[in-house]
Order: sequence, then C-alpha cells, then structure tokens
Amino acid sequence: MKLNLRVWRQQSHESPGGFGDYTLSDVSEDSSFLEMLDILNEELIEKGEEPVAFDHDCREGICGMCSLIINGNAHGPETATTVCQLHMRHFSDGDTITIEPWRARAFPVIKDLIVDRTAFDNIVQAGGFITARTGSAPDANEIPIPKPIADKAMDAAACIGCGACVAACPNGAAMLFTSAKCSQLNMLPQGQGEKDNRVLKMVAAMDDNGFGNCTNYGECQAVCPKEITLDFIAKMNRDYATAKIHKFFGAAS
Amino acid sequence: MSTDSNSDFPWDSKVPEGPLADKWKNHKAHIKLVNPANRRKYHILIVGSGLAGASAAASLAEMGYKVSCFCYQDSPRRAHSIAAQGGINAAKNYQNDGDSVYRLFYDTIKGGDYRSREANVHRLSEVSGNIIDQMVAQGVPFAREYGGLLANRSFGGAQVSRTFYARGQTGQQLLLGSYSQLSRQIGLGQVKMYTRHEMLDLVLVDGHAKGIITRNLVNGKIERWAGDCVILATGGYGNTFFLSTNAQGCNVTAAFRAYKRGAGFANPCYTQIHPTCIPVHGDQQSKLTLMSESLRNDGRVWAPKEKATAEKIRKGELDPNKVPDEERDYYLERKYPSFGNLAPRDISSRAAKEACDDGRGVASTGLGVYLDFRDAIKRDGKAAIEERYGNLFEMYNRITGDDPYTTPMMIFPAVHYTMGGLWVDYNLESNIPGLFVAGEANFSDHGANRLGASALMQGLADGYFVLPYTVGNYLGEQGIAKAGKVTTDAPGFAEAEAEVQDRIKKMMSINGKESARSLHKRLGHIMWEYCGMARTEEGLKKALELIPKLREEFWTNLRLPGKEEELNPELERAGRVADFLEFGELMCRDALMRDESCGGHFRSEHQSPEGEAVRDDDKFAFVGIWQHQGDDQEPKLIKEPLVYEEVKFTTRSYK
Repeated sequence: MKLNLRVWRQQSHESPGGFGDYTLSDVSEDSSFLEMLDILNEELIEKGEEPVAFDHDCREGICGMCSLIINGNAHGPETATTVCQLHMRHFSDGDTITIEPWRARAFPVIKDLIVDRTAFDNIVQAGGFITARTGSAPDANEIPIPKPIADKAMDAAACIGCGACVAACPNGAAMLFTSAKCSQLNMLPQGQGEKDNRVLKMVAAMDDNGFGNCTNYGECQAVCPKEITLDFIAKMNRDYATAKIHKFFGAAS
Repeated sequence: MSTDSNSDFPWDSKVPEGPLADKWKNHKAHIKLVNPANRRKYHILIVGSGLAGASAAASLAEMGYKVSCFCYQDSPRRAHSIAAQGGINAAKNYQNDGDSVYRLFYDTIKGGDYRSREANVHRLSEVSGNIIDQMVAQGVPFAREYGGLLANRSFGGAQVSRTFYARGQTGQQLLLGSYSQLSRQIGLGQVKMYTRHEMLDLVLVDGHAKGIITRNLVNGKIERWAGDCVILATGGYGNTFFLSTNAQGCNVTAAFRAYKRGAGFANPCYTQIHPTCIPVHGDQQSKLTLMSESLRNDGRVWAPKEKATAEKIRKGELDPNKVPDEERDYYLERKYPSFGNLAPRDISSRAAKEACDDGRGVASTGLGVYLDFRDAIKRDGKAAIEERYGNLFEMYNRITGDDPYTTPMMIFPAVHYTMGGLWVDYNLESNIPGLFVAGEANFSDHGANRLGASALMQGLADGYFVLPYTVGNYLGEQGIAKAGKVTTDAPGFAEAEAEVQDRIKKMMSINGKESARSLHKRLGHIMWEYCGMARTEEGLKKALELIPKLREEFWTNLRLPGKEEELNPELERAGRVADFLEFGELMCRDALMRDESCGGHFRSEHQSPEGEAVRDDDKFAFVGIWQHQGDDQEPKLIKEPLVYEEVKFTTRSYK
C-alpha cells in the first residue's frame, strides 16, 4: 500500500521541532507499524537523509519501550495494542498518518519521537517495591493468597510502563501507572507492612516529577495497551486517604 | 575435583571437592567473605539489567557494596528477560508428582544432551526453590489455585509439573520483581543506574577486569568507569541471525569485547531454535514472535500426512479444520509417545523442519505446521483455554489476523536462545580475574540445549544466589588494601577509550552505500542457511568464506548517517552489526569443529536412521572454548573436559 506520513522531527530537547512529510509506496499489510518505520528509515538512509529516531525494543508488546501517538491516539487506533503489535492491515492504501512523540511535561523529548521517561523510574524508586532481602524469604506456600486477590494483583502488575496513560491524559497525570504498581503491592499480604508509606511516597514522587493531577477524564484507561482499569486509581485514592488518617492519629504502618 | 589431572586443560573450573549434593554447601562454607563495614569500599560494575543483572545489583547493593549498573534501554525494566512468557522451573514438588532437586538436575543435564557442567547444574537445581520463595516475597503475582497455594504447569523435557507462571507474562513479572528490588537500592543511593549507556569495551588493569568504556547513547559521550570487578549480564547473541525472537537491541558486543580482551568464549555454536514461533511473513520483517512452549500443554502439533493435502491448504483451497484426523500426522505424539507434544525444543524444531522439508508444510511459504487447540477446547471448554492462554491467543491474532480459537495456529521454529557464552568457572568468573558473567551471557548450565522455563531460573539463580557469594570471595581474596583503588587514570583506560573512539570514527568515515540493517540481514541469511537448524561441513566451510567477504563489504561500503556526538540509533546498530560479523564467523568455526550432533547443534552427517542427533562422547565430551589471538590470527581452541561423577552418558530418548 501507499502511505503519506507526517512525522515529528526534533533534533534535540532544546531545538524547536516540526513535521516532516514523507511518502512510502510499497508497504505490505502484514508489516507491523514499526517495520513500516524501518522501511521509511532505510529509504531516508538511501537518500542521504537522517532517519527518524524512535524507541522500540522487544517488538512483542511487553517491554513498553515503543511510544508513538498515531493520528492523535497513543499507540494508534487499535485497543489493547502497543505500536509494535499494530499491523498495517488496519490502515488503507493512500492514508495519511500523523506520528508524534508522547507529549507530557514529565516526559521531555530527547530527539524526534524519543522521550525521556525517567520520571516513571523515580516513582517506583520512591516506594514501588516490597522490602524483601535476598535469602530471607519464607517458603513460597507459607502465605496462601486467595486466587481472586492474586488475579487482581496480576491485572495491575500487567502494566508495561510505556507511559501512554500520561500521554493521553489532558493533565499529564501518572495516576494509572502509579496506582497499578501501588495497588498490586498493597493488595497482597506481603505488601501490608509498607502499605501506608508506599502510597504516600509514590504519590509524592508523582507530584515531584512534574505529573499533573487526576480529574477523572478516563483517557488513560482507554489507551492502556494492557487494559489497566480506573478502579486501581480508586483503590490508590482510598489507600492514600487511609494512610493520611493513620498518619494523623499516629497509627503504626 | 580438579580437571587438570585428566587433561591438558590450562584453566581451573574450580569445581569443589566432595559429593555432588554437598559441593555448593561446602563451597559457601569455605570461601572468603568481606565484612559488612568494608563492603562499602568496593565498587562493582554491572552491565545489563535483566534478571541476572538486576538481581545481582540489588543483592550486592543490599549487602553494602557500592554498585553501578548500566543498560542500553531507557529503563532497567525493559531488559529482554521481560519477554519470557511461559514460566520458571523449580524443584518444589508442590504437585506431589515425584519431583526433587535430583530430578530437575537430571532433566537439565539430559535436556542439555550431556554437554553442561554437572556441578553447576546441580547448584542451579538446589537454589531453584529459593528463587520462588524470594520472588513471592517481592510480590510477584504467580498463578494460584483456588485455595491460595501456587499453581504449576508442565514444560518440555519433563514428566513432572514444576513450572511456576504468571499468566503468559512470567518473565515480565519476574523482571519487574527484580527491577523493584533494584529500584529500591537506587532510591537508597546504593546503586547508581546509568540508562541509555552501552558498554563498548572492557578494561584490564594488571590482568584483572577493573573497568569498562561506555557510550552515552543520548549525547554520544565516551566515558570510562573504574571498579573492583565487572559483572556482565548482557544476554545472548541470537540476533546474529538477524531474525530471532530477541529484542531489536539484543547484541553480543559486550561479551565479544570481553572475548577480544582475552576472555574465553565457550560453545558459540550452541543456539536454540524454538519450535513454536509465528512463521515469517515476508522480507520486510524485523523480528519473529514466540508463542510460549506452555501452549504445548494443550495444543497438538500436526502437519498433513499427504503432500497433496498440504498443497491445497497452502493455496487456500482447503480449510485445515476440514482435514479429518486420519489425514493428520500428529508427528510429536507419533514419534515421542512418552513426551508427546512436550518433547524438548531442539527435537520438536527438527521434527517441524523434517515435515516441511518433506513438502508437508503449511503457511503460504510452506514453512509452517499447526498447533491445534480444537481438542482441548472440546475437552475443557473455551473459557478454560482462554484463562490459560488468552493473552497469547490475542497476540497471535494481532500479528496474523487469524483467530486461534477457531483456526489452528501456524507455527515454525525460530532462533530464540543461545546456550553458548563466555566461559566461566564454578564461581561464574571468566578466565579474566574479576570478570564475572551471569545469565544467558555465560555458557554454564544448559549444555547444548536449554529446557523450557530454565532461562529465568538460571538468570535469577546467578544473580540472587551465586554471585553474592562468589563476588565476595574474589574481593576478599584481593584484600581490603586494594578496595576502590583503581581509578580511570590507570593504564588500560586511555588505550581502550582510544580504540573505541577510533572504531567509531572509522565507521563514520566509510561513506559507502549500504545500511547496517541491510548488511545485518545478509549476515542473517548466511547464518540461517549454513549454521541454523541443520549444519554440514560443506555449508559451514562456505559460510566461513562468505562471512569475511561480507565483513569486508561492511568496512568499505557502510552508509552511516548522523553524527557521533548525538543520539544516533544507526551508529548503535552499526557497532553491533560489526561485532556480529566477526562473531558469526566464530559460531561457524565452532560448529565446524564440533563434528557430532548434540542438542541444538545438529550436524546432518551425524544422525540416526530415524533422524535423531548422534553424539560422539569419546571425541566431544568437552566444552569448546575459543580464545582470541589477535585480529589476523585464528582463535585458539581450549577444551574443558566434561567429567560426570553422578550421571552416565546415555542416548537421549524421549520415546
């Protein structure tokens, strides 16, 4: 198929960016979206132009590295699909496709379509873990975890940290990402010891790293390639309120 | 046991004395320790943040060492361990089906076709249970039974259910567990994390590994890092084949640079071709996608019995669902009745190739067989199958456009994992003192074929339960007087940095016509054709002629856009391809040397009348280690004999 591409080009964070227009004449509908960009880059190299920089790695929808806004949608038109799993059969011959990077204050553009998502790592470092020293763990079957809780924790844990939720949010909030990790650990018996601290620290880190506030648009849930749901945000808000009350009354945990 | 007594092996594998089952316990009781107050004086450099790298970094930092960790991705959470789907093995025997440490050990040795080091494999099996404990404590949401206890499933090459899993995302969940522990240490300031940094050389000071040279991928800056020891956890080299199930960035550069500095590279020809991947669709393809081995618990593998049937399917004239049972060849069940569809990977892959070579392949290319869930859905219901494999079925549907609930999946083997790697002794230390190698990057545990769900086990065993002891032993032997003394002014750093700079300048100045990607693809064709699922002396010799020619083209005709001092993905790619072009030759050289068939290494000259691999234990029961002798010299082959105290060589049978 033949495609017209409008691709965001930006040399560095400091320099201004703009759209570049390109045409591809022979793209197989079995190609993935990123393979289509590979073809574009090969053509650009051939012509002596600089290829488009974009983040990608596993190309099987799990590493969370790929991060494109396609025609205004984070990860493109298909639901529950990362860009690397999006295939060209979902586009038509002659289409014009606009490709942009994640746009959020907390994710500055490094070059072209590549942004810096260090802010997500900072949130996890603040509290997205259970303190469990190597070698000190009891037998794995010591603490039975009811299947519904284990399954719910797994639903939250499926987050790949791509940042689509932030990119789609009009406020640039990281609530879906943060709540997924925080709720996964706060739901499990192993996570109870640090429950209050975890939620307080992760929420503080979210604010410190330049993410906006949540006003319940729900765009994050709509674009999430792993279908993480808003109820984890509700749970985090509940945990946060409880932790504040505990803190006020000086309760343990 | 000292291997020196029975061979000319010049190195020491340092396998401890005593009965197999006591070796690790005794070794731990006698190796050197570093006292907690002194640990902060040592600085450990860790390259890679996958299961092995992240778990080592977290554990060593927690013990009090100062750690710096490097990865090429934008976050340590992206390492390719994340893509492992099916599960992790552990000898817990929670299913009461006869599993034990010994049985996991034995299955792994047998699965590796008697080409791994016995003592290492036994240790792996011993610590497997602790890994599950550790990961559960970290909050990894493994699958559970209704009563709340952990669930298991079966994987290839085993007759027990010892595989723990988290839906089809076990690698992701384990990596995120290790990443959470690493993140905790970063937050505490014990680990300094350097993302978007790629290691481009190893630095030796007085013969010991004491530093690395990296390129900052954002601004192109070449930097020096000094430490008391270096741990490489940089993964495998499957991308030598261009098309593989590896991530796009996976590369051999760090390991190969260490090889060039004198580290032995063991068994580079041992590559694993995974039987269940989505078939290749065309020449624009950039990667192959794995469909988890766990699917073979319920899916049945078949090809049409008759060529004519296959041809009709290929042309789209016949719906595979309409092929009656008597016209289907469930070849794994037929050939290997006791393991059936769960025959090990090397054997299942070859059987698929055999069916396709026979003209009975499906898919438009003729390179595909079926993995059919019809009977499982009839037996257990669609809901049960969806619960077990839903996300895998969705992934298949997204890539191919077909619905596996109603149409059988099409699969074909693809390069997946590499058992070879840098040579290490029992302490996971290479022949360069102070250079430790963990996870897929080392050669130690899987012999000539890795069993499913054992890679996650090995990565975490190395990082959580082996390196924290053996790194301390090395540092303890070095003595506290040397702690933190090496700086980047030491001789060796300037030279290594200059070499890295020169190499980059040389690549940037070629100004040729062909892109790195295109050259890589051509290398991949050579490797797949001559060093893939079936290898011959003639083919390998041909590859050994073709690869140097292609390498020559690379260095005279590469077109590399952009600049050095900026984010330049093409420059990153070119550096990796340059190393693949040398390393591919080493793989072929090793495959030619190993004039036998074993595990994933199948030499067509050595097969039984039924087409099974035929080993030659008299001549090849050794680890083939290659040592670099200079760019214009042939590498030297060193042989570590494989001496089995417990297990006896037998012909591997899954019939």
